[in-house]
Parts: sequence; structure tokens; C-alpha cells
Amino acid sequence: MSNTRENTSTGILPTSELAQHGGSGAVASLPSGPRRRRRTGWAMRLEIALLAGPAALVFIAFVIFPVVIAAYYGFFRWQGYGPATDFIGLQNYITILEDSAFQQALWHNFLIVIGSLVLQGPVAILLALLLNRKMRGQSLIRVLIFVPYVIAEVVVGTGWSLMLATNGALNGMLKNLGLDFLVHDWLSDPNIAIWTLLAILTWKYVGFAVILFLAGLQGIPEELYEAAALDGASYWQIQRRIALPLLGPTLRIWAFLSIIGALQLFDLVYIIWGQYVASTAGTSTMATYMVANGRNAGNFGYGNAVAVVIFLISLIVALFYQRFVLRRDTAGAITGDRRTGRKNR
Amino acid sequence: MSAFVAVPDAPDAPGVLEAPPRKKAKGLPWGSPTVYFVALVVIALMLAPIAYIVLGGFRTNSQITVDPAGFPNPWNVQNYLGVLTGGVFWQEVLNSTIVAVVTTLGVIVLGLMASYVLARYTFRGRGVLYALFAAGLMFPITVAITPLYIVVRNLGLMNSLGGVILPQIAFGLPTTIIILVPFLRAIPDEIQEAAFIDGCSRLGFFWRMVLRLSLPGVITVGILAFIASWNSYLLPLFLLNNEATFTLPLGVQAFSSQYSVDTAKVLAFTSLSMIPALIFFSLFERRIVGGLTGAVKG
Repeated sequence: MSNTRENTSTGILPTSELAQHGGSGAVASLPSGPRRRRRTGWAMRLEIALLAGPAALVFIAFVIFPVVIAAYYGFFRWQGYGPATDFIGLQNYITILEDSAFQQALWHNFLIVIGSLVLQGPVAILLALLLNRKMRGQSLIRVLIFVPYVIAEVVVGTGWSLMLATNGALNGMLKNLGLDFLVHDWLSDPNIAIWTLLAILTWKYVGFAVILFLAGLQGIPEELYEAAALDGASYWQIQRRIALPLLGPTLRIWAFLSIIGALQLFDLVYIIWGQYVASTAGTSTMATYMVANGRNAGNFGYGNAVAVVIFLISLIVALFYQRFVLRRDTAGAITGDRRTGRKNR
Repeated sequence: MSAFVAVPDAPDAPGVLEAPPRKKAKGLPWGSPTVYFVALVVIALMLAPIAYIVLGGFRTNSQITVDPAGFPNPWNVQNYLGVLTGGVFWQEVLNSTIVAVVTTLGVIVLGLMASYVLARYTFRGRGVLYALFAAGLMFPITVAITPLYIVVRNLGLMNSLGGVILPQIAFGLPTTIIILVPFLRAIPDEIQEAAFIDGCSRLGFFWRMVLRLSLPGVITVGILAFIASWNSYLLPLFLLNNEATFTLPLGVQAFSSQYSVDTAKVLAFTSLSMIPALIFFSLFERRIVGGLTGAVKG
């Protein structure tokens, strides 16, 4: 598609030059269109290989190949050393799906996906709408909201786990305020821990959503607001009827990123709860299950099989989402950028 | 693409054109008090945990035990001095810096070259190549970590920074290429035509024009790669077992389990370890925010 586009654009250029400068310019540039296409000869192939080769090599060696061997080792009982010989077919996968610990982890992932969308989405939309106006200090406010997103998961995890410990700062503060009935074991109580995790996730990632939404809002032409205001629409009417619908594509992409991130969640859980506490406190995820039962248990065949399961679940969710939600928006973003490309030419 | 850089500033542009004196004289107008109040509450919530970490480092353990939520009284710099004068912290800062800088350079160089091919060459298999890189978005490091560990071990790169750097470059490429390709495509054909007419080869065009014209995109991509590398935890956790090769995130965790009774010292170590990323972020905040915009508009 862009193939033809490029040819038409190079085709148009010389003719306009022809009109302006007469013959000489056209003679120089006209043949270049067809010649370039024919010249996919050895010289150009060499250039392509030289430029794209290193990236493709590194990418295949460290991204594609590992995923392929994960699928291979997933069929073996293998401790990680020597060649894998103990072929056990689908046994690893059967064990995973029957393991109640994995089912719990899957359920936690599901809760985290829903919780992230439900908590972060509305909060971020409200904040973005509120901050989407020209006023003093707007860039400072934006930066400060974004700070938690930039800080390493390890730092965040260490800080929060100290703060939320039974004798930590939060409980201390509640006691100082005389709110003793609110004191809880925020991290170890299985009824509360998942909510604590959701709160920390919201704190860490809501800034990202706000920034995305602000960017999306700023892409909306100001004329639309002015026209609506002229027609007598109130502030909230404008936000609801104009800003929100036009924010749709940004919202859908954010939700996609959030869902995939939630399905793969590892760092914060592993740092705050560790592999053992995570399962008793009810915050284990598929990824912490994978690390605990694969690498940490020395059972690499099994760990690879869990990786494949996580990947397939993410893939299915992603394909579903793209098929039914992102259909319109991603015509450009994922498949070669058709819309925006045309706009610019 | 063009929106990529321009979007954050776009709404200001017409105002600047119509009434430049007003903007210069008074700056932006004040918002309503409600907005500032809500913003203040949100910012307080955002910064409170960070303040807890930083202030906690200035307290002593007995202060923390007596009142976990109090302020430092008196202020005590021993924890920070202890961390700063010990060799462990600086070794880990050095390791993290090496990994982040080399990763960033690798992502930029390889990503830019590949994006240039994908954006401005027409050849059979281009769509496949692009789809291959784009598919990388579907393989987050979490999924690939167990097999990646095996690959890196077979290459003999365990416990070396190179073993962390190479996979990080590979995993940084999809985002980089998806951001840079539209960017390079947006360079007007006229410029390329003119360069070719003047006898510039495609490769020459790459070195002389593309590098300069795509600088904003390159900076964005570089910042994203740097911060991702600086904060990366899972990969070093699998690949680095030797304390001498630890990066900061591993160091923070090792430190906090080693000194688990010395809360104040852990807090000091933790808050020092977030300073570099915060400095980096505040320097390039505009670029980062602009880059995320571009990633979404992609």
C-alpha cells in the first residue's frame, strides 16, 4: 500500500517541477521513480541488509528465539542443565491448569486487570479534564503527577512495604489521628492485600494515564469547543459530548496497554510480597507463579510451559481486544500507519 | 508524526500568533481555585510515599520505632553519609549507568538503522519485517525471561553486564521502531529528491539528513530506553547473581534484605537510588511526555 503511495508521490513531484522549471528538471528527476523500483538489485539489498541486519539479528536472537525454545522446553521435564531428554508431552500444561495455585494466580490477574481499568480510568479521565486548560503551573502539576511512574518498581516496592508494614508509617499515622479501628495488616491480610496492591498500582500508573489523556485532549481542535460554547453548551456538556467521545481512541489504547501490563505484572508483587507471601496473601500473579515454580524451584521445563501459557493468554486477550475494540483505531498504529501516513503526504 | 512533537504545544500556537504581547506580559492565566485544590490533593497523595522514603532516611531507627509516621527530630545525616561513603552504592550506580548508557546507544543505533530501511526503502518483505518487530510488543520480557536466561547462560554471558544489555536492546527495539518509522516517513520526499539530485546516495542521505531531522524522535526513544533500563529489575534478577555486577534495583533489594532491621538505612539507600532517574526525568520531562503522545498517536 505504501509502495504505491510512494510511487505516486514521486510521480507527482516531477510533473509539477516540469510545469515550473521546464524540461531540465523533469529529465533529471523523472526516471528516478521507475529506476528506483527496478534497482532493488544487489547494491540496495546490501544496504538493506547492512542497516536492518544488526537489529533483526539481535531481535531474533534475544526475543524470537527464546520464545521458540520456551515452546520446545515446555514439553520436557528439565532441570536446566544438559540436553532435555525427558519428553513428557503435555504433562506440564496439564499440571499447570490443574494446579490450584495457578488458578488462584490467574484469578488475581483477572482482578488486577479489572481493578486497574475501573480505578485508574475514571480517576485519570477526571484529572485530565480538570487539568486540560491553560493555567499557571500546569506543567509543574503534570510533572509531579507523573513522578511515581518514573521511579523504579524496586524503590516503590521497598518504600510501600516499609510504609504499610504492621508497625509502619500508615498504621502509625492512623493511630496518631485516633483512627485505631482503621489499622490493618495491609500487606498480609488476605482480605485486604489485593486492594492494597490495586491502590499501589493506581498510585504508580495513574500519572501515565493522565499524561496520555491530556495528550489526547490537546489533539482535539479548539474550534470544536468554541463552536459548542457559542451554541450555549455548558462546561460539563462540552466535556461529555465533545471531549470524551473524541478521547475514545486514546482511551482504548490506554486500556489495551493497561490490560497487557496487568496480565504480566511481576515486579511490584515480587518485591513487596516475595514469592511465598504472595500466594498466602492472595496477590500472586501468573508471572510470580512462573518464577517461583520455574527458576526458583529449578524446574525450567515447567517454567517455560508457564511462560507459554501466559503468552497465549495475553495473545488471546490482545487479539480479542484488537478485533472487537481497537478495530478502527489500530488500522494505522499496528499495521503500518496508513491513516497518519496519508495525512502527511 | 508531525503531531508527534507538535501536539503538546499545538494549542498554544494559535494564541501565540494572534496575541504575542498578552502572553509575554502576563503569562498564562490563573485557573480556578477548585482546580488547584484538587491538583494539590492529588499531588500530595502522589508525593507522600516519596517524602516518607526521603525523610525516613534522615531519622534514626529508634525514632522510627517510637513514631513510624513522624518527622525527623533531630535530623540525622548518618544514614545518608554511611551509604554514600560505602563502596557498594557507587559500584551499583556505575553498573546501572553502564548498562543504561550502552542499552540506550544500542537501541538508538540499531533502531534508527532498521527504521530507516522500513520507512524509506521499498522492497519485498518489508511488511513482514515490520510485522516481526511490531510483534515484539506482544513478547514482554516477563514471558521470555525463563528461556532468555537459558540463552544467555549458553552464550556464557551470565553475571556480565553484556548479558543484560543485549536482551534489553532487543526488547527495546519494537517500541523504538514503532515510534521512529512514522517519524522518518514524515521527512518530506522533496528533501530526499533534492539530496538524490545533488548526487547523494541513500546511505549518504541517512548520515547527512536523516540523523539530524529525526533528532527529536531519537531523543524521545533514547529517554524511554534509558529509564526502562535504569529501572529494570526482572532481567538483572535472573542474570546477575554476583554482587559485584548488581545494578541499583538489585542493590536496593539486596540492601533491604541485608539490613532488614535497619529501616532508616534502607530508606536512605532507597531514596539515593531514585535520585538519578528523577534528575534525568526532570531534565527531559517535556520530551518524555511528548514521546508518550507520539507513541499513542503512532
